[in-house]
Amino acid sequence: MRYLPLTPIDRRDMLAVIGAKSVDELFKDVPADARLPSKVAGLPDHLGELEVERAFQNYAAKNVSPSTAPFFIGAGAYRHHVPSTVDYMIQRGEFLTSYTPYQPEITQGTLQYLFEFQTQVSLLTGMEVANASMYDGSTGASEAVLMANRITRRTKALISGGLHPHYRNIIETTAHWQGYSAVAAKTDAEGLEDLIAKVDKETSCVVVQNPSFFGHVRDFTKLAAACHEAGALLIVVVTEVVSLGLIMPPGEMGADIVVCEGQSIGNGLGFGGPYVGLFATRDKYVRQMPGRLVGETVDADGKRGFVLTLSTREQHIRREKATSNICTNAGLCALAFTVHLTLLGEAGFRRLAELNHAKASELADRVAALPGVKLLNESFFNEFTVRLPKPAAPVVQALADKRILGGVPVSRLIPDDPSVENLLLLAATETATEAGMGPLIAGLKEVL
Amino acid sequence: MVQSLDRSQGRAGGIAAAASDSPTFTGNRALQIEEPLIFEMGQPGRCGVDLPEPPKVKDRLNGLKRTGEIGLPGLSEPQVVQHYTRLSQKNYAIDMGVYPLGSCTMKHNPRINEKVARLPGIGDLHPLQPVSTVQGALELIDRLAHWLKTLTGMPAVAMSPAAGAHGEMCGMMAIAAALEARGERSKRRVVLAPESAHGTNPATAAALGFTVKPIPANERGRVDLASLKAALGSDVAAIMLTNPNTCGLFESEIVEISRAVHEAGAFFYCDGANFNAIVGRVRPGDLGVDCMHINLHKTFSTPHGGGGPGAGPVVLSAALAPYAPYPWIVKDGEKWRVAEDGAAVDGKPLGRLKAFHGQMGMFTRALSYIMSHGADGLKQAAEDAVLSANYVMAALKDVMTPAFEGPCMHEALFDDGFLKDTGVSTLDFAKAMIDEGYHPMTMYFPLVVHGAMLIEPTESQAKEDLDVFIAALRSLAERAKSGTAAEEFKAAPRFAPRRRLDETLAARKPVLRWRPSNNPPEGDPLKQAAD
Repeated sequence: MRYLPLTPIDRRDMLAVIGAKSVDELFKDVPADARLPSKVAGLPDHLGELEVERAFQNYAAKNVSPSTAPFFIGAGAYRHHVPSTVDYMIQRGEFLTSYTPYQPEITQGTLQYLFEFQTQVSLLTGMEVANASMYDGSTGASEAVLMANRITRRTKALISGGLHPHYRNIIETTAHWQGYSAVAAKTDAEGLEDLIAKVDKETSCVVVQNPSFFGHVRDFTKLAAACHEAGALLIVVVTEVVSLGLIMPPGEMGADIVVCEGQSIGNGLGFGGPYVGLFATRDKYVRQMPGRLVGETVDADGKRGFVLTLSTREQHIRREKATSNICTNAGLCALAFTVHLTLLGEAGFRRLAELNHAKASELADRVAALPGVKLLNESFFNEFTVRLPKPAAPVVQALADKRILGGVPVSRLIPDDPSVENLLLLAATETATEAGMGPLIAGLKEVL
Repeated sequence: MVQSLDRSQGRAGGIAAAASDSPTFTGNRALQIEEPLIFEMGQPGRCGVDLPEPPKVKDRLNGLKRTGEIGLPGLSEPQVVQHYTRLSQKNYAIDMGVYPLGSCTMKHNPRINEKVARLPGIGDLHPLQPVSTVQGALELIDRLAHWLKTLTGMPAVAMSPAAGAHGEMCGMMAIAAALEARGERSKRRVVLAPESAHGTNPATAAALGFTVKPIPANERGRVDLASLKAALGSDVAAIMLTNPNTCGLFESEIVEISRAVHEAGAFFYCDGANFNAIVGRVRPGDLGVDCMHINLHKTFSTPHGGGGPGAGPVVLSAALAPYAPYPWIVKDGEKWRVAEDGAAVDGKPLGRLKAFHGQMGMFTRALSYIMSHGADGLKQAAEDAVLSANYVMAALKDVMTPAFEGPCMHEALFDDGFLKDTGVSTLDFAKAMIDEGYHPMTMYFPLVVHGAMLIEPTESQAKEDLDVFIAALRSLAERAKSGTAAEEFKAAPRFAPRRRLDETLAARKPVLRWRPSNNPPEGDPLKQAAD
């Protein structure tokens, strides 16, 4: 077996040093009737690399790759061009096969890029401090609610009807099992929601999304003020981080915690994961943050270096009193994010955002011009909602049958609300071309 | 006058302090190159991508256009490549040698896994594509699920948890759901966990509102069965137990433990962090486990990536299977579908724990690893991992102090008894290993062993490499015990990219990001050098 260096002679010699007759002796603490007499039955034996690769090519062949079809799907995961440098960098073994930097003297590479990542996330979100990443945006949003509960010592979270339904579901699931309350406003496809009146003295936080799940761009300045008036925190979720190149950052609107899905920068679609959660807050709340934090310090020679810090918040020190049970972060995805954002820089990131907005504007105008189709958004970034003259799910399926990946029917994520049955979410990024948009418009004309 | 090209700022107190005792002009030492932060490198007008000029459109941003600088530096592509390459050279990694970090299973990460995870039609799929266009992806997930269920002897698996701790949350929520269905959730509020447990176990249980009660270990490093039985009662929801345990030992009374737990009406959560020791040889389902998370980044070689991403599927017993969270991947006839929130399934899902369908990129890599090994290779890998750990233990036991008697599983645990009165601590010993070219073992964990050193060589090291590793540790142990080397140990590491770092300073006054005030001041020597 190509991954196993020990030879039969090595094994014999090692057993001799140990003083055991066989490997079985080393497993003597396993109860006899739980020891399998041989390998696990019903599973195939090892394969060569060629056979493995073929098997995966067979899986791939049963899917429609977005690179081979007109593609306009978003809803929390976005298709962007990732420069070749990014994937090359994250595959360097020194990054790929290193672990959590517990030994800072020999993991300065990881620690420094995470420090740079934390700085980039702070800048993008307009916040003071960011952690070294979360599993993804969706789990990060739930952690943000828990953090707000700790800070305010309250247990009622108010959830916007414009929050991504999966994010809402996760917050509700966590709330149910961890024993706090999550009150979701009703679906807000029109972007007209006003949460200010609902904030009260029991509210720990309000969770909103910008742009919303339906694509609307909102100013939450007044909501932030109302939250702070009531002693609650404002949590702003951003599922399309590229939007921060063009839209006022949540920090400027008065957000207390900002959670972003960072997938769009550096990370491919990957059928939903792994992605990278960005998590930022105000300095005064840093000790209530979940997740890893990297800080600057000096070494014994006085040279600048970086370490994991404030770990007294974390499970390996605090155990049942930790701010979160999280151990792993999304280190490598954070590296992809930070390398891509470094390549983009100020000018590239802003231009990327402008391109996205321009492509989506073009698509919105063309789709809205189709008979019976109504654009619900007055504002949007690179994704918007249209009302079709018929249910959206069969329309999307009919497009898929033509190998057109034409958006997400809202009913897939909000199955229990008949008012969204005809709604279709469409996204266009810098990757959209006429070669894709033309067939989408033609396809929609045919199936509507 | 140019003193140095080192632009290290901030806490280093400026260029002069950083380079005052440097033997070189640049502060570099051959391949070890001092590297500034990206924020100290950029120039306005530089960019590492070429994007077309956007067409002029009237923006539809509700008057919320971002104004003002974001503050991101501008770098060209070659600068970016050099920056991250230099950073990478400051990291130790599995690809470089023995990485015996106990409990983390730092085994070889095959590159075919990376290749197949990036295939068009796998790596580029959108999670919300119509299911008719992702049939192969769903089949792939189901195939991995089949392997995990078969290898563990368990009937169901929840695939979506993003990491081990997330899997713990999932498993413990499933237990809470099962108790709720029995009308016992408000009654059973206690979770038992051994003192040696991973910190995530008590953190998870506490987050779900359970009271954590520690169970002491016996002198053999195992759960003390009598104490456990005494603690079991009608108020106990579950036990969270790592097996093989964090001392690297198999819980020999595991069957009695699970029987007692079940007789008390509680559930058995198994932390599967150490599954690598037994995969292919022992099925946790045969031991009475109700649920167990599997760290794909440990047992199944998905890369650790500097701290993630991980993946933590949870296998579930028949009693817990109905509560598996959304999404469920279901086969209807010949077609795969995804049952998402609200969909009718044959059960009562506890809710949703993660957007979309889980860590697909990790599933692909893990399945590639599993198929490459096969049932025969997985068993051999577990045996080699256990053999290697016992070999290290046997070869070091006369100079270091094993914490417990008898064979270990896949990791060898030592205490700091051999360092008594030497002036050398576990930390010093670990830092000296760095100078010898090794990543240290896990230190000070598990907490039940004084000055613990947990060595997990994994199955990936050749015997001749283990022999050099062993010889290096023997040499260090003997030097420490000579009683004359304490200062030398305290000064370690001397040859790493950095000497020991001041963690107290970092925590007392946290600097968690670069700020413009840290910018190189006017008269920056780099500029002067350029002039």
